[in-house]
Amino acid sequence: MHPEELRYTKEHEWVRVEEGRKARVGVTHYAQHQLGDVVFVELPGTGDRVEAGKSFAVVESVKSVSDIYAPVGGRVVEVNAQLEDQPELINEDPYGKGWIAVIEMDDPAEINALLSAAQYKEHIGEA
Amino acid sequence: MLRTIGVASVEELFCDIPEELRFKGRLDLPPGLSEPELLAHLRELAGKNRHLDQLVCFAGGGAYDHVIPSAVRTVISRSEFYTSYTPYQAEITQGVLQSIFEFQTLICQLTGLDVANASMYDGASACAEGLIMACAHTGKARVLVAQSIHPEYRLVAETYLRHQGIAVDIVPCAQGVVDLAALAERLGTDVAGLLVQHPNFFGHLEPVREAAQAVHAAGGLFVVAVDPISLGILEPPGAYGADIAAGEGQALGNPLSFGGPYLGFLSAKEELVRKMPGRIVGETVDAQGRRGYVLTLQAREQHIRRHRATSNICTNQALNALAASAYLALLGKEGFREAAYLSFQKAHYLEARLRELSGKPGGLSRRWDLPFFKEFVIQSAVPAGELQRRLIARGFLAGPSFSQVGLEPDNALLVCATEARSRAEIDGFVEAVKASLTE
Amino acid sequence: MSRLLFEQGAPGRRGFRFPICDVPEIALEDALPPESLRREAAPLPELSELEVIRHYVRLSRRNYAVDVGIYPLGSCTMKYNPKVDEEAADLTGFRRLHPYQPDETVQGALELMYHLERFLCEIAGLARASLSPAAGAHGELLGLMLIRAHHAARGEGDRSEILIPDSAHGTNPASAAMCGYRVVEIPSDSRGGMDLEEVKRRVGPKTAGLMLTNPNTLGLFDERIAEIAQVVHEAGGLLYYDGANANAILGISRPGDMGFDIVHFNLHKTFATPHGGGGPGAGPVAVSEELARFLPVPTVERLPDGTFYLERERPEAVGRIRSFYGNFGVLVRAYAYIRAHGPEGLRKVSEHAVLHANYLMRRLAPYFELPYQRRCMHEFVLSGKRQKERGVRTADIAKRLLDYGIHAPTVYFPLIVEEAIMIEPTETEPLEALEALAEAMIAIAREVETHPDTVKSAPHETPVGRLDETRAARHPVLRWTPKEQNAAAST
Repeated sequence: MHPEELRYTKEHEWVRVEEGRKARVGVTHYAQHQLGDVVFVELPGTGDRVEAGKSFAVVESVKSVSDIYAPVGGRVVEVNAQLEDQPELINEDPYGKGWIAVIEMDDPAEINALLSAAQYKEHIGEA
Repeated sequence: MLRTIGVASVEELFCDIPEELRFKGRLDLPPGLSEPELLAHLRELAGKNRHLDQLVCFAGGGAYDHVIPSAVRTVISRSEFYTSYTPYQAEITQGVLQSIFEFQTLICQLTGLDVANASMYDGASACAEGLIMACAHTGKARVLVAQSIHPEYRLVAETYLRHQGIAVDIVPCAQGVVDLAALAERLGTDVAGLLVQHPNFFGHLEPVREAAQAVHAAGGLFVVAVDPISLGILEPPGAYGADIAAGEGQALGNPLSFGGPYLGFLSAKEELVRKMPGRIVGETVDAQGRRGYVLTLQAREQHIRRHRATSNICTNQALNALAASAYLALLGKEGFREAAYLSFQKAHYLEARLRELSGKPGGLSRRWDLPFFKEFVIQSAVPAGELQRRLIARGFLAGPSFSQVGLEPDNALLVCATEARSRAEIDGFVEAVKASLTE
Repeated sequence: MSRLLFEQGAPGRRGFRFPICDVPEIALEDALPPESLRREAAPLPELSELEVIRHYVRLSRRNYAVDVGIYPLGSCTMKYNPKVDEEAADLTGFRRLHPYQPDETVQGALELMYHLERFLCEIAGLARASLSPAAGAHGELLGLMLIRAHHAARGEGDRSEILIPDSAHGTNPASAAMCGYRVVEIPSDSRGGMDLEEVKRRVGPKTAGLMLTNPNTLGLFDERIAEIAQVVHEAGGLLYYDGANANAILGISRPGDMGFDIVHFNLHKTFATPHGGGGPGAGPVAVSEELARFLPVPTVERLPDGTFYLERERPEAVGRIRSFYGNFGVLVRAYAYIRAHGPEGLRKVSEHAVLHANYLMRRLAPYFELPYQRRCMHEFVLSGKRQKERGVRTADIAKRLLDYGIHAPTVYFPLIVEEAIMIEPTETEPLEALEALAEAMIAIAREVETHPDTVKSAPHETPVGRLDETRAARHPVLRWTPKEQNAAAST
């Protein structure tokens, strides 16, 4: 449910660290379950600068709207354009095809402030 | 009931209201009336007005005396429609939902754009919200508004946009239409959109193609305010480059009713739909595959997005939209074209007959000799307010005068003729004008 | 299945004919630039009058309404719409008035508006009012503009925050944002009122105002309103009253006396003008004497000789928020309603509204959780928590109620109550209707215990079942399109 190798935030984002100071970001299984059927994703623009803790994307379900907060600061280098036509990927495959954006980190050390899988599980009461 | 609740009197139910906040005594209102007394009183009040079965209407300026088929009244008098609410429980309110879906479709068919919402308060606020959409879509904070739009629409746009920190620059008109050179001077890459009314407040056609090209070249959107009846013979906004078309739908089957309730409509290109305010109905299916309709894209609206909603609008003008739909359904393809065609013919006959009076005493002339649809501006030696009064004394209503809408000069007056005016009425009006000028 | 207008009719059919043109006809191209003309007629449907009437009558029969049954939507005040009000608005002397007729020809209309303004001010306990706003949200927007104007005039234009309770209707924060304000959300306390300590903590030099409904969206009267008003006023802010719940306090308490500076009323709620399937309404705004100068153009004034006129020159007005003067047809109905009831009648309205709500609350309390153990006012909120533990959500309960032929109450609002069910019966429902609603809800509560699947898969008895809202939002189809276009699109 919550892969061990990823890092997490209290606001239910996950981060996969990739080569070249890159951080791939999405929302957790718990988040997609709370949201219900995702109907629309407002993606950031490639090249946008983002700040850790600030909203950089928006996910809509039929009856709710959720801000997605950047777990780390940096520059958006890739966005998942597939989500435009298939927002349901967030529900179906939140850690895989449902990724939202890739951020090139200004300071990779910011990763250390994030939660481990165990800490995240505790946070959502699944420990 | 009191026993079930466990109190001795209704008074006890208000215990939470502190004594010092309780209103003592009776409200200072007139005592209640029975139904016959009430109707007698209201008839007396209504009787103090001169209405349009007593005055023949040649007034325009955003509110028009078009013909309303009797069947429209039948439709909106169904109390299953008018005593129902916003269709939040879709399964038992398919009637309203389907009628809104049809209204959205009809507006798209008229404007040639892709999507429309379930209605706005009126044409003025619909245009203001159209400009706000342009800002939300482009991320820019300045808009241009042609001076030739309805002065009240301009004031409403300024009022709305000022509070959102959006700058409004007015593009002057030259000789009764927007000045394209002045437009070019004011355009810039910081402009979110341009609002033009077509036909404009004075009744004239605007250079919409050129305006669209100019604002698009600068990276902005083209927002057009249209008279829906004009779309019976004029090209639709979608064909000449509009991104957003808004306007006043009163002329579509809604009575004049002293200015309200009216009907704002708003339509746009598909890519703008998520920035659109107001309710939108979409088609879907139930578990058995039966077609049905629901309120959709609700994540735009206030009840979900709250302070980040595209707009705060909740209640709209649903029943007026229903009247408009019934009107368009009754007139149909040919009848709608005819309403526009006949309005054009009656107004042009009026203009030709009034032209016979120019050169005669009274100094009557058209303020601008430009192509028009169903209304135009006249001026004379008589102040417009006075001319209006003299015409009323003879049984005719013309207007608005420029003074009524805060414009100058004070001898200019709008006159309008719709398909509802007979030749005899027009001839009578012309006689009345002639007599009023030499009074 | 119900066919759309566009799926009926035949080429050449007409539902209405105009007289033949009786003026000499000129060619369109002779008077208008040819490129401005439509090449093809707008592709509207082609139906006979009979087909149109049957279409709409059939649609109306697929529609629930107050005239069909009880409509217990909390915060909507779905009371009965007296038919005499319809007749009043239909009088030719009201219906056939052009807004640009000179004032002397519309003295009856202006007199009605003048007195309606006075009635609303008396009910609100305030000085002047604007009849312009077309809806409650429109009134809220105006109210916030007035707040802005007030502070700007005093050189305190940098007040940028509006305090709003977390139980507030979504239009409150949306209106604040539309007016350029930042929203500060104040939590509710365990009694359901605003947390006064939190209010004290959050007011300050940035506070422009506080927006409140009283009774609030939980149907509870905030007893400390006088204190809240004092705290906000001392900090230099203004108090705005959302009148959505005014049905509870007519003639019993007045927002102006509670300390509110600005009040909007929803005429389509409290004053029984019909909801129309979503509108039109009207949201007049009443204000204290001090704020009157900022009211938008136009206002209705009276000369010493008794004649009425529209005042268009208002130098300090916030501007204009709509064309013309207001939803006049709606104003006529509200005026008729107030004249019919008089002061005693209006008081009875509130007394019975509160009585009916408390009665229903007592009847349902054994079966549903009651988040606040207090007297309610004209509406009350239940929580479907107990039922959620059995796997049945409030949404399911709402849908099952439709099988009993009753419109569901408001659900999932206010946001601060889990699985919220908000019920407002109104004063116009007879005891039998209240009992029917109570019995249906109790039956459903029992069904949740014995065979919950029936509730979870509801509704079963309606023309369509639960509709796929996900599909409607993911792949929006927002208009009908002719088949040829559809075919072309899919190739």
